[in-house]
Amino acid sequence: MTVASTVRVAASATIPKAQFDWRPVLLLAVIALAALPLIGSPSTWVTLTVAGLAMGMIIFIIASGLTLVFGLMDVLNFGHGVFIALGAFIATTVMGGMTVWAGDSGAAQLLAVFSAMLVAFAAAAALGWAFERVIVRPVYGMHLKQILITMGGMIIGEELIKVIWGPAQIPLPLPDVLRGSFLLGDAAVEKYRVLATAIGLVVFAALAFTLNRTKIGLLIRAGVQDREMVESLGYRIRRLFVGVFVAGSALAGLGGVLWGLYQQIVIPQIGAQVNVLLFIVIIIGGLGSTLGCFVGALLVGLMANYTGFLAPKVALFSNIGLMVAVLLWRPQGLYPVTNR
Amino acid sequence: MLIRLLSHDLPRSRWLAVALVLMVVALAFAPFLFPGSKALGAAAKMLVFVLLVASYDLLLGYTGIVSFAHTMFFGIGAYGVAIASTKLAPTFGAITLGVFVALCISLVLSLVIGLFSLRVKAIFYAMITLAVAAAFQTLASQLSDLTGGEDGLTFKNPSILSPSFEPFESPMLGATIDGKFITYYLLFAAVVVLFLALLRIVNSPFGRVLQAIRENDFRAEAIGYRTVVYRTLSNVIAALFATLAGALLALWLRYTGPDTTLSFEIMLDILLIVVIGGMGTLYGAVVGSVIFVFAQNYLQDLLKLGQGALDGVPVVGALVSPDRWLLWLGVLFVLAVYHFPSGIVGRLRAAIATGRLRT
Repeated sequence: MTVASTVRVAASATIPKAQFDWRPVLLLAVIALAALPLIGSPSTWVTLTVAGLAMGMIIFIIASGLTLVFGLMDVLNFGHGVFIALGAFIATTVMGGMTVWAGDSGAAQLLAVFSAMLVAFAAAAALGWAFERVIVRPVYGMHLKQILITMGGMIIGEELIKVIWGPAQIPLPLPDVLRGSFLLGDAAVEKYRVLATAIGLVVFAALAFTLNRTKIGLLIRAGVQDREMVESLGYRIRRLFVGVFVAGSALAGLGGVLWGLYQQIVIPQIGAQVNVLLFIVIIIGGLGSTLGCFVGALLVGLMANYTGFLAPKVALFSNIGLMVAVLLWRPQGLYPVTNR
Repeated sequence: MLIRLLSHDLPRSRWLAVALVLMVVALAFAPFLFPGSKALGAAAKMLVFVLLVASYDLLLGYTGIVSFAHTMFFGIGAYGVAIASTKLAPTFGAITLGVFVALCISLVLSLVIGLFSLRVKAIFYAMITLAVAAAFQTLASQLSDLTGGEDGLTFKNPSILSPSFEPFESPMLGATIDGKFITYYLLFAAVVVLFLALLRIVNSPFGRVLQAIRENDFRAEAIGYRTVVYRTLSNVIAALFATLAGALLALWLRYTGPDTTLSFEIMLDILLIVVIGGMGTLYGAVVGSVIFVFAQNYLQDLLKLGQGALDGVPVVGALVSPDRWLLWLGVLFVLAVYHFPSGIVGRLRAAIATGRLRT
């Protein structure tokens, strides 16, 4: 069961089990297949598809927190990019510090990557908690101020990152163990992309499990649909919201490490750059919907890679075009959340 | 007469009035009072930002719409002048044509964006404009044949506006009369006229409807105003004024590039100025722009002093480094949104109001 399908349950009350809406997922498959004859060579297609999936997974990890926070509390955090930048810069420090220790050993290098993720996850969580407390809390329910204040938070965060790590770009090379590719027939599949896809799938599974099989998840989903009702049943949705905000920030930190390794270079403006992609993804997916965010992120990732190969000049417009097309098809996004 | 020119929208605070008069006088006589190219450049930038920020205030302060595409229209204006000057000829005819085409493009773009996305919530519009502006910036750097790509375009002004034009041998009253001097006063006149026009717009019945929409759009709709139409119109007007501001900037700099017009940093600057100066009052744009550009050019010198004093201390020293001046403005911005959302202007007016209550 997903957020979207429970919405349908609520809407039609008499039917206990709602149909899962397959069409957006089918759209993914259709786009992937339609790209095959355009690209021509199957091996290139496999490479591009894996790259697109990996990019989509990373974007999903980053964007999931954003869309959940919006769904639950109607807060759109324009400062989400700060957590991404923080994660990426922490990765440069942690991995830079561990290169000598890790040496040539593949396992140690992997350990360095994972510890970077862990540290970034924790640091972004802590920052998220502070951000919620100081920046977001006083402006609940005021959209205009939220946009301004979170934007201000982003300016401050970016400047503080420049204070700590300096304004210049920092290279974040992949460790040797993650370089190179697997060969699937003729198709070369980069190792790091496989790792990123795997981590993305794990995060998605964990999120889906938490949201659909645990009590907290039930409360979150209920809160997304009707906050006041959950409050009147005696649950402290505020505390729940802080938890979601912290978790979302932590995921953004984790995603920042992955994104930094994907780009192999980290600049202080990294957060502002990714922000644009994030907004496109959560608009496509339907604001507040986790599954929509997942499908939207994969769509954006695939489109970016296919058009980047087929027509590099228009690649950066493919996302805007995609967003316009999706909104013409479904104005509320792929998986609309009721009451939005 | 003066009151009519100001559209009956007076500063309503003695201190604000004094500050405004001081700023206008200083800007009006800047070439005489502050010789030197850096000071004059700062003054010209203040003028352009006054217009740019005032047009943004029409959106944010009066209509309650957050747009991140304002620099896009600013850039369209600047590129209009730059492309016309390089591709055609550096004449006034070409510049007029360039500005006209830029205005048309801005009109169509803002209309489309507005109709497409202003039907829904403010947040949605903010996100869409952010995406569109990012795409436009990439477009500008991709079409390098037309726009010069990342390097931008350097071009010549009509001869009367170029620095080498010197009609008089000796300086007058301490100011050299040259093309720069004439350009400055062209900017000054244009900004004054356009600013007064904006003041007229926000104080018209149309402006009142915009304010009503900002306060309660549902109610405005219920009274019978079609909020989508008014919001879109406000969006279009703001875009057109921003385009003109961009054209003025291009004339002054004789250069147009992504960094001076389209970059996200400029958008953040505009946001900072509107909020610190005061949302919902055009005088805030004047006060905010002057203070901001002044800080941008001279606060760094001040911070340099602070850094000199704190040189040995590791973290604090880095915090007051002159490159981090934006950090302090960011902090000021957040504090402004919380504690005085009506900005400096609102603060000054409130001081008068409480003063009256006490007496």
